[in-house]
Amino acid sequence: MSELPPPRAAIVDYGTGNLYNVSRACQHVGLEAAITTSPEEVLSADAVILPGVGSMPEAMRSLEQNGLSDALKTVAGRGTPLLGICLGMQLLMEEGSEFTRHAGLGILPGSVARFPDKGTDGAELKVPHIGWNAVGRPPGSSGAWRDTPLEATPDGEYMYFVHSYHVVPANTESVVGVSRYGGIEFCSVVSAGAVFGCQFHPERSGSQGLRIYREFSRLLVSRQHSSF
Amino acid sequence: MITRVIPRLDVKGPNLVKGVHLEGLRVLGKPEMFARHYYQQGADELLFVDVVASLYGRNSILDLVERTANEIFIPLSVGGGLRSLDDIRAVLRAGADKVTLNTAAVRRPEFISEAARHFGSSTIVISIEAIRRNDGGYEAYTDNGREKTGLDAVSWAVQAVELGAGELLVTSIDREGTGRGYDLELTERIVRAVPVPVIACGGAGSVEHVAQVLETGAAAAALASLLHYNVARRSRAEPSEFSPHINLAHLDQPGFAKVQDAELPELKAHLAARGMASRPLPAHV
Repeated sequence: MSELPPPRAAIVDYGTGNLYNVSRACQHVGLEAAITTSPEEVLSADAVILPGVGSMPEAMRSLEQNGLSDALKTVAGRGTPLLGICLGMQLLMEEGSEFTRHAGLGILPGSVARFPDKGTDGAELKVPHIGWNAVGRPPGSSGAWRDTPLEATPDGEYMYFVHSYHVVPANTESVVGVSRYGGIEFCSVVSAGAVFGCQFHPERSGSQGLRIYREFSRLLVSRQHSSF
Repeated sequence: MITRVIPRLDVKGPNLVKGVHLEGLRVLGKPEMFARHYYQQGADELLFVDVVASLYGRNSILDLVERTANEIFIPLSVGGGLRSLDDIRAVLRAGADKVTLNTAAVRRPEFISEAARHFGSSTIVISIEAIRRNDGGYEAYTDNGREKTGLDAVSWAVQAVELGAGELLVTSIDREGTGRGYDLELTERIVRAVPVPVIACGGAGSVEHVAQVLETGAAAAALASLLHYNVARRSRAEPSEFSPHINLAHLDQPGFAKVQDAELPELKAHLAARGMASRPLPAHV
């Protein structure tokens, strides 16, 4: 078998958020990844990473203005691996929160909700949720993380979160990871076909997070080999 | 609530420094070495503060942030002398995840809103350096506790959050570097007044001090002396290119008996014993 070129990932730059540490994490695990603002480069990449921090309406505006929104829908539609991180995960949804109703990319059915002011015990909940938290398989799920970037991750591993909103997927089968804040259970990992999203920042989650990038990279290589 | 412990690294040019009340800075070693050590020991985040940024320019901290970000994959906050959106962008590009702002935000509070809009609220940490007034209130200071602002620290905290701060770093100048414990009252007043997470800073001299401040509702505790002196003593004992510059003579003076040495795993074990959850230590520790 002839040597295939290594898979190339595009890190989508739409003017917000910190892309540099996503790029560093890719580099650290040997995944070739370039930060790009170009829809053409997104369309031609073997995988796409959509990072982001900040507000969803502003991010959508920026993605639409740069023609990136259509490119992202196209790559998701044809099954190119797509990794959404934090705001990038929320952008995959159909719509934003009920208070600021606006459209997301609509790649996954569902919406985005803000954490309430109080936890389930009635105590004040500090928002944003900032810090390390456990990511587990949803209760009652068959729990397979096989063939996802979580494949090598133990149930209940701690990852680093910074967010005020979380996704509420309409299809509960796509909820493959859950976490709790103030007693509130929320979806922290979503997976559907080649689309994968995590609410936490794997690039900021130490060696545990880097393992997710390593698995993502490994899946890309095996996918490339199986399709030739 | 899962608590966070954040080593604070004050940086002056190429060196890690530490003072008392943010003054009388002494060189303890190379910040890279401390950062690497704390990362390996399971620090939840790191905080770099460029203590003399306005005097010496910022290139050395940008280099440091970049070198650190290339090998350390936990959140990195950077502060000290950031005055414009371009300054923030440069630090984020170098590898910071969050920035801490004080002087620029006090001079022009709308800067907080502009920064939050550009980079997201969760990227913007407002740093409040407070000194207790005779009337029992607290006043906010700038320039490492040198300049009065006339602002009440608690009211300023509330205003900063309304303007878009995603998190607050609250430092007691009175306690900073003394090892006498955090200013629990200052911390608690601000925790109660704002809906965002508060990082308490200044005064940790024992692992129990850290537990006490987290009990006030602070989401995180920043600490320096408690961890640094231990590392500095060890690196002085192991001769290297840095050791000739390390100045620890002051540690033998009476006042410093207040700071006990601790390592992060010991600190986390203490927090766990006190019923406070935190990130489990990495497997290699």
